[in-house]
Amino acid sequence: MKKLWRYLPALPALMLSGCTVDLLQPRGPVAELNRDVMVAEFVIMMLIVVPTCAATLYFAWKYRASNKEAEYLPTWDHSTVIEYVIWGVPAILIAVLGAISWWSTHAYDPYRPLQTADNVKPLNVQVVSLDWKWMFIYPDLGIATINQLDVPTNTPLNFQITSDTVMTSFFIPRLGSMIYAMPGQQTQLHLLANESGDYLGEASQFSGRGFSDMKFRTLAMDPAQFNDWVEKVKSGSENLDDTTYPKYAAPQEAAPVQYFAHVQPDLFDGIVAKYNNGMMVDKTTGKVMHMQSASNAAPSDTGMKE
Amino acid sequence: MLGKLSFSAIPLDVPILVGTFLGVAVIGLAVLGAVTYYGKWGYLWREWLTTVDHKRLAVMYVILAIVMLFRGFADAIMMRTQLALAYKGNPGYLPPHHYDQIFSAHGTIMIFFMAMAFMTGLLNLVVPLQIGARDVAFPFLNSLSFYMTLVGALLINISLFIGEFAQCGWLVYPPLSEMQFSPGVGVDYYIWAVQISGVGTLLTGVNFFTTIVKMRAPGMGWMQMPVFTWTAFCTTVLIMVSFPVLTVTLALLSLDRYLGMHFFTNDAGGNVMLYLSMIWTWGHPEVYILVIPAFGVFSEVTATFSQKPLFGYKTMVYATCSIMVLSFVVWVHHFFTMGAGANVNTFFGIMTMIIAVPTGVKIYNWLFTMYKGRVEFTAPMYWTIGFMITFSIGGMTGVMMAMPAADWILHNSLFLIAHFHNVIIGGVYFGYIAGMGFWFPKAFGFKLNEAWGKRAFWCWFIGFYLAFVPLYILGLEGMTRRMNHYDNPDWYPWMLVAEAGAIVIACGIACQLTQLYVSIRDRNLPENLDLTGDPWNGRTLEWAISSPPPAYNFAVIPDIHGLDTFHTEKQLGLKAHGKPLAPIHMPKNTSAGVFIGLFAFLFGFASIWYIWWLAAISLIGIVATMILRSANRDVDYYVPVSEIEHNEEVYSRRIAAAQAAE
Repeated sequence: MKKLWRYLPALPALMLSGCTVDLLQPRGPVAELNRDVMVAEFVIMMLIVVPTCAATLYFAWKYRASNKEAEYLPTWDHSTVIEYVIWGVPAILIAVLGAISWWSTHAYDPYRPLQTADNVKPLNVQVVSLDWKWMFIYPDLGIATINQLDVPTNTPLNFQITSDTVMTSFFIPRLGSMIYAMPGQQTQLHLLANESGDYLGEASQFSGRGFSDMKFRTLAMDPAQFNDWVEKVKSGSENLDDTTYPKYAAPQEAAPVQYFAHVQPDLFDGIVAKYNNGMMVDKTTGKVMHMQSASNAAPSDTGMKE
Repeated sequence: MLGKLSFSAIPLDVPILVGTFLGVAVIGLAVLGAVTYYGKWGYLWREWLTTVDHKRLAVMYVILAIVMLFRGFADAIMMRTQLALAYKGNPGYLPPHHYDQIFSAHGTIMIFFMAMAFMTGLLNLVVPLQIGARDVAFPFLNSLSFYMTLVGALLINISLFIGEFAQCGWLVYPPLSEMQFSPGVGVDYYIWAVQISGVGTLLTGVNFFTTIVKMRAPGMGWMQMPVFTWTAFCTTVLIMVSFPVLTVTLALLSLDRYLGMHFFTNDAGGNVMLYLSMIWTWGHPEVYILVIPAFGVFSEVTATFSQKPLFGYKTMVYATCSIMVLSFVVWVHHFFTMGAGANVNTFFGIMTMIIAVPTGVKIYNWLFTMYKGRVEFTAPMYWTIGFMITFSIGGMTGVMMAMPAADWILHNSLFLIAHFHNVIIGGVYFGYIAGMGFWFPKAFGFKLNEAWGKRAFWCWFIGFYLAFVPLYILGLEGMTRRMNHYDNPDWYPWMLVAEAGAIVIACGIACQLTQLYVSIRDRNLPENLDLTGDPWNGRTLEWAISSPPPAYNFAVIPDIHGLDTFHTEKQLGLKAHGKPLAPIHMPKNTSAGVFIGLFAFLFGFASIWYIWWLAAISLIGIVATMILRSANRDVDYYVPVSEIEHNEEVYSRRIAAAQAAE
């Protein structure tokens, strides 16, 4: 029994081995930056936190009342030098972290498009957050899915995000940064996957009863495989347009994966527009468009039941 | 007639709630029965319920806080147990409808009715005594504030047994909290509980701000104020500036819900981003409202038990004030992921990091207060040292999330949950418990049991790390908050560890209860009695008077000529009582607070259930009570010199007895 205790400190390491620590094992440049910034901060701050905690314990022990050997200065309460140090050192540290903050926030602003060395054409994906599932529309490919996001590797991914229900948050931990999905708003996120794999995608902002199952698989694959997948989806028969959309958008818990071979081109714009009196701003041109989508145009009221 | 209320609102189908109700009913009846059996109703009414004495209100606030701690903790351990079970297809024992109410109630109760009530209790007990005042500036308002807080707490707990509570988190973000998505009464319970208690908090802020500004003993300039009073001052400023924002935000949400308006709805121009911005304009200062007084407690505890003055008093004051100001320019860090521009995010990120500087300075001030001191390891000192270590770690993870690029992956994760429990348990809770141990003898005249206090500390300290280090790791593993079940095998073992941590914390709470029991049982043992009023060789004015103090606190208002005047004079062997005694002008007790509280409760309950006739009657009741109270001229009395002399003589005899015993 005694021997077992000796191995106790190794237990956390043992529990972590074989686990995926998503945020520390990035699969894209954005997630790498997120991780690097986080780890750098941790290390820099450990430089001050560890000595502080050690000094706390040491001072408390050394100057314990029973230790009559230790020096006792019952009226000492000021030292200009110490005060300079205790204001100065944290200030310098925060200045360093502030500089990192300025650089990283600008360099990897989620709104900033990514570029690859060989200028690969980005893939546009429109994300609609629903109760309690995710709809992904590929506007350039004319296809859509529910609860599964397939993406080619080493291709910039331009996400345009909205919600057709409450606010939630779009997050693929291993690819990096998250952004809120909000009704009537379009938010943007730019990510890139540099390795094939099957990554967890989730809603990170609580959105009601079915929230816990509001997950999707993110399947990153090489571009050739991705093209095959697109063809496979296109060969299906399901249509996503103004008439079928309400059926798929209806609240559903633990919704299964679904593919749509055809998508009405302005479907996403209509979803945004219906909360804005039928108007939608094209973010690339800044122009206001008036949407005609019939079935989406009826905005849900506040629900005052008369 | 009864609005939305019907028998179906009583959740007889949920066995957990029925059991809880029976438990509460049995305990409640036992308490009421005991009061009746011992014939204490008159005493309770005259001496406690109608009191305007800040020391008695303080005791009632802390009792409320402890009861709410049980409720909030019961929620916590239920959530941990759910997540220790609900893995791989096992739905656990709490369906989402119930689980979502629990996490919403846990946060709301712990912040508004545990922490805020505890904080207000400490302010009530200590501030007037530290500044040499005989009561607060507005004694009746003080009683009213307590009843407003109590009413909020009652409403939120009644939601357990009648209807339901909100299922959208402790800040009820719209549009989820709008009628369209939350048609039940849960959000209305939240709104009215928080609004009514918010009135109480705002009045407390005004009251103590005025008290500190206007009622300090002669000679006590700003820079002679004890540090706890300084922190109380900063907190009252924060309350006065931020609580109106909360009131307005929730008022707009209720206009949406009750009158069909569109402030935060999805359509018709409503905007959820406005709500987030407004609620956090209150929400971020709120965490400083809670933690700044805890910093004050640590300052008093460290100085007293290191038997040295606080290191860098001025630095401490400046640091506290800069935290107070900075706390208003950081709120956007709660939604870095909303899509604001890089410049906005950077500004708020860096402002947030800057708060770490004055906060760090405080830690070093306490560190150098111990340096070359004689540190006595009492239970409050245990909590303080535990705090310094835990809070340093919590501060570090806070700065990590202040960096937008890191927050973009940590936001809404269990890492965030671990961070704020790290600062709220490690900072706020440890601080309040240290304060309770430190000032308990002042309130009751006997000390808390040390051994049980230390056992409680160790359980809380170890339990905290067991419960929350796994949450940090789970956050890094991509687990988000508020999940009801999951099937990721990597998460499961950590959830078991966290459950074990919650159980260890439960032991800590059990130790604290035992501590109270043992301390009350052994209160008359000579080593526990506080005859001198100064059990710790204290430094500030509250230790210059008997424990518990007379209603008027100070027979003679002392003259102040510097920081720690009481301690200096004690060292020199001087006695503060030189002036002749005079009759003391004191406020009379009043039942107006009780009645306004009663009507406010009915008003809140009626509004929640759309029982408009009752709401109207209660509103009239509130206004009528106010008018009657305002018209009442018989609100004060004079304590005769003979009574003061008698009290002083008793106190002198007790001091003599204590000296003889030594």
